[in-house]
Amino acid sequence: MRARVTIMPKTGVLDPQGKAIGHALGSLGFAGVGEVRAGKVIELELSEADPAKARAVAEEMARRLLANTVIESFKVELA
Amino acid sequence: MKSAIIVFPGTNRERDMAIALERASGRKPAMVFHLQDALPPGTDLVVLPGGFSHGDYLRCGAMAAQSPIMRAVRDFAERGGLVLGVCNGFQILTEAGLLPGALLRNATLRFLSMDCHMRVERADTPFTSHWQKGAVFRSPMAHGDGNYFCDDETLARLNGEGLVAFRYATPEGSITPAANRNGARDNIAGILSPTLRICGLMPHPEDLVDPLMGGTDGLPLFTSLLDSLASA
Repeated sequence: MRARVTIMPKTGVLDPQGKAIGHALGSLGFAGVGEVRAGKVIELELSEADPAKARAVAEEMARRLLANTVIESFKVELA
Repeated sequence: MKSAIIVFPGTNRERDMAIALERASGRKPAMVFHLQDALPPGTDLVVLPGGFSHGDYLRCGAMAAQSPIMRAVRDFAERGGLVLGVCNGFQILTEAGLLPGALLRNATLRFLSMDCHMRVERADTPFTSHWQKGAVFRSPMAHGDGNYFCDDETLARLNGEGLVAFRYATPEGSITPAANRNGARDNIAGILSPTLRICGLMPHPEDLVDPLMGGTDGLPLFTSLLDSLASA
């Protein structure tokens, strides 16, 4: 079972990378771009076949290592 | 002073730190590799030095915080041992949950390699007793992710309980946005645990401890530690 963990800076946490991407898009001539936020995606191949258990283990991994919940939020999707 | 410097793959400031500790105490620190699971017997100061542990993969300090030696460092801290984290060491301490908050990418997105000035916010701690409260000292800094962040509640607690050790300041001691190159909240350069036994800071006082380095502005950090251990 594959799990996809999407990690994003929390609302209110400065995201200079997102800001820089926004500026670069503006200088390329793309108009109408509001706030840009940059995060990361981590794909995990899990041996667990039970979706509920796979989700639980991926969430535990996110809490303990993949995300820093002081500054980031995460969501887990199974595929 | 029986200090131990923890060395992770990618740590690169451990020798600078060893020079500063030896200069202050006359005693060579032990180098402890991260795969070890115990500190040398009798260790009374643990130092997490600067560098790019584990290539800064995932987040600065995230991997190092999970290293086997960190369990021993945590136990040592819980028993009241003195722990100093500089630069990447500060990042590791926050990732390990030994200090609150996190270090974000510098607000300018630039790696900052330059001197800064810090104001000493309190002098009654094992890390700062050889300065006067309000003293300003120069220190090199070199980091890409030194922008201290914490939520409003934590910030209020750090300020309210006097747990900010150092703030970025002008050479005259003013706390201004211009002196705060990396964008840290409230110009925070270094913080303390509530027990005052753990301290993390981004700049590198260990790189200014000898006239040959251009000054000794950073030396009081190390002589303070020595003094606190000698009088313990």
